[in-house]
Amino acid sequence: MKSKWWLIALAICLAVACLAPLASSSPDGLERVAENEGFLGLGQDAPYQVIADYVFPGIENEALATILAGIVGTLVLFGAAYGLAWLITLRKKQLA
Amino acid sequence: MHIPDGFLNVATLATTAAVSAGGIGGAVRMVGKKLGEKQVPLMGILAAFIFAAQMLNFPVAGGTSGHVIGAALAAILLGPWAAVLIMSCVLIAQSLIFQDGGLLALGANIFNMGIVASFSAYYVYKLVTWLAGANRRGTLIGGFTAAWVSVFLASIFCAIELAVSGSSPFGVVLPAMAGVHALIGIGEGLITGAVLVLVLATRADLLQLQRT
Repeated sequence: MKSKWWLIALAICLAVACLAPLASSSPDGLERVAENEGFLGLGQDAPYQVIADYVFPGIENEALATILAGIVGTLVLFGAAYGLAWLITLRKKQLA
Repeated sequence: MHIPDGFLNVATLATTAAVSAGGIGGAVRMVGKKLGEKQVPLMGILAAFIFAAQMLNFPVAGGTSGHVIGAALAAILLGPWAAVLIMSCVLIAQSLIFQDGGLLALGANIFNMGIVASFSAYYVYKLVTWLAGANRRGTLIGGFTAAWVSVFLASIFCAIELAVSGSSPFGVVLPAMAGVHALIGIGEGLITGAVLVLVLATRADLLQLQRT
């Protein structure tokens, strides 16, 4: 049970990602300041798009597209950070 | 607070990129020394949680929203160096996959929301729990304060970078960024506190690990 605590925690993270369509769509703090102070126009879009603005491409229902983007990102980050931490501790064991 | 490309000049981009690259290098070394095998899954969980939580923009005053940074939570549970690594993973993925935060501005974003937020949160948490006691109450007050300070300081550094780059005058952008993020920081503080309550109730040993 205790060794699998992270499965429950990952399920909670995925549940949090599923709440994403409820998020406020107002500009965030930096965007608001950039707009008010007139330097928002300096911003440049990325030269390519993958899952731009947290909306999974090719899905008409926007809530679903947002949830899917959230789930993909949550799993990618779990894998990336887990893998990185595993590699770092592995290297330590080999050096020891 | 993800800075897009175009807001910062080359000198600022280069400086912040160099500092962040050095910070990540240091973080890999320090985490390698300190991280136990048992903490490996927690690294993954915190990165996943911070990514998901950052999608949840909450409204603050005047048609503006904010979202958590999450560095404070990571720094309290795993220490500042691990938090820098976790935040770097999140910010790199957000920039590469989700086009949130510029590619060239990645160094600045990692500096503000990774390095500044993690270390400020860690030391404020240490100070407050030392003053208020390492009990439940101290943990919550420390968590809230650390989270608020981390957002506020990150926004100050963000404003300094914008001003140095000539995007907006210092006297304008600094109070504007500090003002909005003083409010967003309250949200960060409440959410960090709520998660710490959950951790205390279910896995209090995670907080004990950090103390030793």
